[in-house]
Amino acid sequence: MKQRKSEAVTDLREEYPKFTPAMKSTHKILVPDMLPVHFGIIVDFLRKEGWDVEVLHNDSRAVIDEGLKHVHNDTCFPALCVTGQFIDALKSGKYDPEHTAVLITQSGGGCRASNYIPLIRKALKAEFPHVPVVSLNFAGLEKDSGFPVNAKLLMKLAFAIFYGDTLMSLYNQCKPYETEEGASDRARQDCLRTVNAAFDAGKHRKYKTIVRSMLERFAKVGRSGEAKVKVGIVGEIYVKYSPLGNSHLEEFLLSEGCEPVVPALMDFILYCAVNNVNDAKFYNKKSFATLLFHVVYKYLHHVQKKIAALTQKYGFEPLHDFEHLRKCADRVIHQGVKMGEGWLIPAEMAALAETGTENIVCAQPFGCLPNHIAGKGTIRTLKKMYARANIVAVDYDPSATKVNQENRIKLMLATARENLAARQDKKE
Amino acid sequence: MAKRLGIDVGSTTVKVCVLGEDLQIEYTSYERHMARVKECVAAQLAVVAEKFGGGDFCVSITGSAGLGLAERSGLPFVQEVQAAFTAIRRYYPDADAAVELGGEDAKIIFITGGTEQRMNGSCAGGTGAFIDQMATLLNVSVPEMDALSLRAERTYPIASRCGVFAKSDIQPLLNQGARKEDIAASIFQAVVDQTISGLAQGRRIKGKVLFLGGPLYFLQGLRKAFCTTLGLDGEHAVFPDSAPCFMSIGAALHAGGEKPMPLAEALRRLQNAKGSDDIVTGSPLFESREEYDAFVARHKASDLAFEDIRTYRGDAYLGIDSGSTTTKLALITPGCKLLYRHYQSNNGQPLDIVLECLREIYRLAEGRVRIAGAAVTGYGEDLMKAALKADFGIVETVAHFKAALYFNPKVDFIIDIGGQDIKCFKIKNGVIDSIMLNEACSSGCGSFIQTFAKAMGMEIDEFSRLGLFAEHPVELGSRCTVFMNSSVKQAQKEGASVEDISAGLSASIVKNAIYKVIRAKTPDELGENILVQGGTFLNDAVLRSFELETGKQVTRPGIAGLMGAFGAALYAKENVRGESTVITEEELQDFTYTSKSRVCKGCTSRCNVNVIGFSDGRKFISGNKCEKGAGLKPHGDELDLYAYKYERLLRSVPQSLPAGRIRGRVGLPLALGFYEQLPLWAGFFEALGFEVVLSEKSSRGLYFRGQHTVASDTVCYPAKLAHGHIESLLDRGVDFIFFPCESYNIDEHGADNHYNCPVVAYYPELLKANNERLGDDNFVMPYIDVNDVRSASRALARSLKRFKVSRRACARALRAGFARLEEYRADVEEKAGEILYRAGREGKRAVVLAGRPYHIDPEINHGIGKLLGSLGVAVLSEDGVFRRGEPVRVNVINQWTYHARLYRAAEYVARTPGLELVQLVSFGCGIDAITTDEVRSILEKSGKLYTQIKIDEINNLGVVKIRLRSMLAAVEEQQRRAADGEAGRGAEQEVRS
Repeated sequence: MKQRKSEAVTDLREEYPKFTPAMKSTHKILVPDMLPVHFGIIVDFLRKEGWDVEVLHNDSRAVIDEGLKHVHNDTCFPALCVTGQFIDALKSGKYDPEHTAVLITQSGGGCRASNYIPLIRKALKAEFPHVPVVSLNFAGLEKDSGFPVNAKLLMKLAFAIFYGDTLMSLYNQCKPYETEEGASDRARQDCLRTVNAAFDAGKHRKYKTIVRSMLERFAKVGRSGEAKVKVGIVGEIYVKYSPLGNSHLEEFLLSEGCEPVVPALMDFILYCAVNNVNDAKFYNKKSFATLLFHVVYKYLHHVQKKIAALTQKYGFEPLHDFEHLRKCADRVIHQGVKMGEGWLIPAEMAALAETGTENIVCAQPFGCLPNHIAGKGTIRTLKKMYARANIVAVDYDPSATKVNQENRIKLMLATARENLAARQDKKE
Repeated sequence: MAKRLGIDVGSTTVKVCVLGEDLQIEYTSYERHMARVKECVAAQLAVVAEKFGGGDFCVSITGSAGLGLAERSGLPFVQEVQAAFTAIRRYYPDADAAVELGGEDAKIIFITGGTEQRMNGSCAGGTGAFIDQMATLLNVSVPEMDALSLRAERTYPIASRCGVFAKSDIQPLLNQGARKEDIAASIFQAVVDQTISGLAQGRRIKGKVLFLGGPLYFLQGLRKAFCTTLGLDGEHAVFPDSAPCFMSIGAALHAGGEKPMPLAEALRRLQNAKGSDDIVTGSPLFESREEYDAFVARHKASDLAFEDIRTYRGDAYLGIDSGSTTTKLALITPGCKLLYRHYQSNNGQPLDIVLECLREIYRLAEGRVRIAGAAVTGYGEDLMKAALKADFGIVETVAHFKAALYFNPKVDFIIDIGGQDIKCFKIKNGVIDSIMLNEACSSGCGSFIQTFAKAMGMEIDEFSRLGLFAEHPVELGSRCTVFMNSSVKQAQKEGASVEDISAGLSASIVKNAIYKVIRAKTPDELGENILVQGGTFLNDAVLRSFELETGKQVTRPGIAGLMGAFGAALYAKENVRGESTVITEEELQDFTYTSKSRVCKGCTSRCNVNVIGFSDGRKFISGNKCEKGAGLKPHGDELDLYAYKYERLLRSVPQSLPAGRIRGRVGLPLALGFYEQLPLWAGFFEALGFEVVLSEKSSRGLYFRGQHTVASDTVCYPAKLAHGHIESLLDRGVDFIFFPCESYNIDEHGADNHYNCPVVAYYPELLKANNERLGDDNFVMPYIDVNDVRSASRALARSLKRFKVSRRACARALRAGFARLEEYRADVEEKAGEILYRAGREGKRAVVLAGRPYHIDPEINHGIGKLLGSLGVAVLSEDGVFRRGEPVRVNVINQWTYHARLYRAAEYVARTPGLELVQLVSFGCGIDAITTDEVRSILEKSGKLYTQIKIDEINNLGVVKIRLRSMLAAVEEQQRRAADGEAGRGAEQEVRS
């Protein structure tokens, strides 16, 4: 390369408040609402370790309005929701802006989502100049404001996610069929207590015991055997899970008498790990981290398989086996599509379709770049592979009306019900 | 058995159908509900009751507005597409597909070859509503527009993705005098194109096609456009008589499974359905009448003095503002008193309005008044200037600033909300410091209220006055018009009153302007002395909302709507020398004009130009991208790096076959990443002994050829064009098409990473999955990282296995390719240096048009480079200059190769005198939502203006031209001031530059 005059770098960055581990004793940390169950488990053990953490649940229209004010028009909806939620909370007067920090996870990657942290910093700057943004990431990003991560914490997080995933899945498998109103909710409460107690006692790694007790608890929920429409939810990670992001999609599906099937968050974690390993395989991008990711991946996958086997034993539908998901992906798209949720989306859609959940909502923020390709772009292929696949892509956006979204989902449900009826007729 | 009753409550109409016991259709009705949904349904049911007696009915509701109604009244609901599908299966079992256009939704049902039901996405604008909106714009009724369309001679490309886009396409056409007949037909064609690209998405609509819904039943022009585009004959295109009510028939069929109930019972339930509490309301604009009176009195202070034209004797200066939706005239005395003013909606004929006004002026003046100078501004500037022989044509921003200074010499912020534009200027040291204009996507606000008022059957004044004392203004969000449209509809469905909606709309417009266009985080950023203007601010509700939102008292001149014209008149007064050239009373007497359109064959752009012939023999040509179309000698493009790059890039592909044995014919699409890597891959394949075939050059026609395979209608235009290039290559008969997937672009160092954007990186996946002509054997898309020759050559060799290419040969060929790429880039940088040098020597201004490599495609940039050239500006590109800038650390993660160049280019421009930067942004580019703020801050730190131009498939340079001219005018003014004040403020200027 020629003409590089000097290696001088012009630094145009503006100052921002840093997060230091010392703030553990002085600051409250606010966390956006994304996965209510998972985050509940995590917050519980972090609090007991001395972190003052709080998951936000504010979801009034003001949240979206604050987001619209503070984030660029064309930025994706999740950035807008998260930022709006932080600002709305800080403005509520419930928190001392001098002693509050906000936390966000970061995966790092070619999607613009990696830029949420700078965007939130920019948004906070004008009104809350002393509120630091904390990054929770495993890629060594934001070194001056990272949440202190060590092997012990990682282990705890991983198990919290496993338990959260299992709980979410069991609840969804029971709730629509429960013969006694509220039985599933009670089971979920009991299980949460079990899990929290396990973390307290430092026994969170005894996953077989814990999962078994959850399965036993949910097995006690009385369920009717009637066939209901199963609807899978896939898509961009935030709108897929966050009730604020997807206008309470799971609740809506439950109210329509459907069984929501939501793939595990752990799959996304494994997806990130595998991408790192794939980069080494495809492009010779080998590093120490590659090896580490490989080992971590092996271990987590091992646990995942064991949990799946247990789940099956108790007569519940297990969550996907990640190696199987990879095989599903290979039939639709290359595993090189690794930005955003990339190949994981079609992989999950294929895995769902193949296990009888042919009705799928593919949720994405309006104008989501990776989803053009991995979401909407793969639907045609999937429909060719699974003739009965009934997929609706729904865009989430601050101004799209709920009616518009629900109407599209209802169209999908109408087809789903017809398919279900046809199948039952055939059986009879 | 009971009769069946189906009720379809759509976004604009209510349809009712009664089926007899043998499912024969006994009654149907179709009526617009004007947002009074419940009343309308009740009235129609009353008719049914009268006709059939009260008896028992099985009832079912469908439709987008029926959803909420059904829920709240406890009546059964069926999704409308499902309803249509049921009815099709019953009455048209042999149909292959059905297209249904409704008020706000468009749907396609594929029946044979895999049943599939689709609806438009949330951004696809309205369809019926879109047509209504366009008819309003043309100032005709919908049936009139239909009749007009049948007499069309040609069609213009018009975007129909959303009403706002279409408006910005149509308005300039109207202003340039294009025939209404042609525009009407173009509007229908746009709806057809939108349906095909937005809904069919890769599936062809063929066989026996059913056309349903109101618009397709009533509009012959739309039917014709569909049949022609889809190639359907009378046998295959079916337009059922029951088309408008088809969904209600389907609903009635579904009702069969429901328990019968007395009609009175259904009616009672519907009437008792409660509005939901979902709507959010704000506080009233005024607490009391007194508060309102004080408000009115305060603003009266900024009115202008008048002088009676019937008695005045002496000189006068004329200013004309030919805006997008309105035409404004002001005639002032040398003492700036207003002699005559006019403000009128264009109704499609701006020139006629101006001519009529001039005649009136001359008539009133009775020879006592001499027009000593005239200036024109606005969209129609060129046409008016030519027609009236005005002395000056000036940029809108200049005109507005002039007028604002007259009212408040201390003004530091001007916001103008007009019919279609929002313009904001910040003033620093008496010079425009930054200009903010709304992007195509959030525009249309002023005329939106107007359209909406009309839809409610009211005049805009009346409608907006209603909002002043609304008790619970509705929160409608603050995004684009189309979204606001559905928010309004939703609010209505939930029972909000017209007053509340009117007030809510005013607040939305203000919020949109402050938070989206100006992008202020707090109102304090705006400034101390704010002046508001533009026709929309004449609306007291908007003005009040603005004051409430900002918490500031602002100045609104009484002639807020005429500021452009007033400013132009002031400009004429200050600048006219000698005799004015403006058209005289005698010349005006028998002045007429004709308008014709033709295609310019001057170059490959094939611009649609309009020729307006004046009765004195002169001609005016518009619609052309360059001077050639206007019959002038074109300017050279020696100082245009965009033109150079495009031509140089194409030259990197060998014209002759490689020597020796030919392994095969490889097709390279001229799309996305190839706009930079073409030399690399051409060199690579040539070295391997392949014949390289390039897809044809981009054009709108090429886009349409690939349109049916576009899977996501919100992806950027450069990506959508790729579909056409694939079709082109397939038609050229190549052995295979090569299109690599590259997560990583070339590492240029100095940044955090070097990704491609997700679309550039993986678009081949989407192309392959959505085009039935592509398969593994004719579409090769290896995953490679070109920075690592080892893995790249391995992947390439594997993907070219059937041609028996070894890995080592690939590595060798890659090196050959890289050499060619380096040559290309060195040439581009050298040319950039030459242009900079020559511009400096010739004293020309130079602009870095900062976008992405693919923005050099003339179909993507729509000739912006040429336009700049015609304004006497040298054009550079981001990749031509970025190495002159230092690597920068920015606030965001700098991880995309193309985007890292933007920052470095901006850094270079920021510290280089005489150089400006204009950022080109493709609509839908999510990453630019991040880069634009950063580039802006880099430039503004050193006092440079930031200008952004959003481009999409719409092909209209009118708006772009105004933007660029505003920027150039502001820069010039800045420099003039700087030179004037050198002595006084020299030190300060130095710090800034």
